Amino acid sequence: MAAFQTRHLSRRRLFAAAASVLAAAACLGAAGGPQRIISIVPSTTEILFAIGAGPRVVAVGSYDHYPPAVEALPRVGALLDPNTERILSLKPDLVVLYGTQTDLITTLGRARIPFFGYEHKGLADITQTIRALGARVGSAPEATALADSIDKQLADTRARTANLPHPRTLLVFGREPGSLRNIDASGGTGFLHDMLVTAGGTDILADIRRQSVNMSTEMVLTRAPEVIIEVHSPAGGFAAASDLTPWNALSSIPAVKNHHVYSLTGDEFVVPGPRVVAAVAALEHTLRAARAK
Amino acid sequence: MLVVCGFGAFTLLVCLLAPLVGSTTIHLSRILDPSVPFADNVDAQVFFIARLPRVLAATIVGSGLALAGVVFQALLRNPLASPDTLGVSAGAMLGAMLAITFHAAFSFAGVSVIPLASFAGSVGALGIVYALAGARSQGTPSTVLLLAGIAIAALLAAVGRFIQYFADFTDTFRSVQWLMGTLDVAGYGPVVAAAVPLAIACVGFAQLPRVLDLISMGSESAAARGVNVTRAERIALVSASLSTGSAVALGGPVLFVGIIVPHIVRMIVGPDHRLVLPAAALFGAAFLVLCDLIARTILAPLEIPVGIITAILGGPFFLWLLFRRVI
Repeated sequence: MAAFQTRHLSRRRLFAAAASVLAAAACLGAAGGPQRIISIVPSTTEILFAIGAGPRVVAVGSYDHYPPAVEALPRVGALLDPNTERILSLKPDLVVLYGTQTDLITTLGRARIPFFGYEHKGLADITQTIRALGARVGSAPEATALADSIDKQLADTRARTANLPHPRTLLVFGREPGSLRNIDASGGTGFLHDMLVTAGGTDILADIRRQSVNMSTEMVLTRAPEVIIEVHSPAGGFAAASDLTPWNALSSIPAVKNHHVYSLTGDEFVVPGPRVVAAVAALEHTLRAARAK
Repeated sequence: MLVVCGFGAFTLLVCLLAPLVGSTTIHLSRILDPSVPFADNVDAQVFFIARLPRVLAATIVGSGLALAGVVFQALLRNPLASPDTLGVSAGAMLGAMLAITFHAAFSFAGVSVIPLASFAGSVGALGIVYALAGARSQGTPSTVLLLAGIAIAALLAAVGRFIQYFADFTDTFRSVQWLMGTLDVAGYGPVVAAAVPLAIACVGFAQLPRVLDLISMGSESAAARGVNVTRAERIALVSASLSTGSAVALGGPVLFVGIIVPHIVRMIVGPDHRLVLPAAALFGAAFLVLCDLIARTILAPLEIPVGIITAILGGPFFLWLLFRRVI
């Protein structure tokens, strides 16, 4: 993340002045750490609370719901609609935001408020982010301990599943309720793909190097997954659509024929944060159940 | 009439061949092999579950939008009129966005809530426009209709954007996905549900050819020749809106078909609506089936939203026809 931050700034002369301020602020942060943190990103909010920096978080994004303590904090918008005025009025000494929020970054630069840019990538980036963010907020030991623990648990899962059969799996994170239209599935890169592979599945869309693939019915039929796992966010509409019966129309695919279509619900499947271990464990458990049938 | 038969033969050929072509190879002998149960026959399932409903959906959406375009252009005497003009598409889009954003999750006879809400939105928009135009003056003069339609379309689009802005990020993504249009309907339920209002609309369209010819020359002129203009406009409006509503509900707002196909057909068959209406229905169907074929094969295994293909192909093709005729 720190590398991203430096690269991002060097591209924009506009931020040159802000960059020097940020560097100075970073040095200060190493000494005491920021005391008024705003986090707009659900993943980083979870990380901050997990490494013990929660009490220093003064506001969060619109979609932050974990841990429960964040529900009492003020909201300052999200990726598309950050409330700049509200953010400035809360006098933060660090804003954790998406690296693509260039307008907000420009405004923070003008106001000389340091920021930490987050980018959504793969599974390995979660622990990198934890370490980088921990160092940035002065909680490096706690962050390192958390990241090491996550890395170890994921490595244990990989070791446990390495010699087991890896069923050809379709990981779905969205479709039209009550039908098989607009199926969104994990492609061959990103957090969901990495979790599936770690849990012992073979991603049937691994050859498509995208984080998400909008699948047609024909594509599902010809890829013939042995297991289909739908992941649902409790807050999203897809949760209400956890009825799996539409899949029965595709009776030629092994997953349907052998009743290996599953539904999992939880924020941990859509928020790449410290709960990733729980998400991988749920996928591993599901794949184990499919193998056992 | 020979030209219309030509359009019919072309459309039939396209509809017969399109289900056999796709991102994967399937064989007719395996599709029809009685020794393999349907539940185990991948070729048959690709043909009957994935491709055939899709081709049927393309014919319904293509012909529905083309017919509505012909009628709106004649009724409003405006070559730029399209199924979007009177706010019917905007109503359909708003209905779909509401269903997505508020997580409505029921389905009826194999049709999910999104197309149902979309169709309800299109009917609602038509009702508002028609009531406004009727309240303004006796009958529904085309200028008042046009202006009321444009205002309502803008208003409904603004409401849609407002909802999208405050929606969950995932819901916004799904709304945008729906707005791009897709014909992968994955079954016959949605096709049948859209075919019913389109069939009712076609009963209305069947009464219109001569009337539209006369109305195209002006309402007064049509009235002087014995046309009950108010009644004709009412039939035309309701039919075109039913047709648009069913098409948008089934495939999303597929761009360009409703405005370009009527012009292309008129360039070929002339202005007589006895020929234009059936030719537009047939050519609209064939055009969209072909566009969908390209959309699902050109970047296989990935697919492109069909609306992108209709816009990319339709625009230059229309310009080519236009300049060929002018030169």
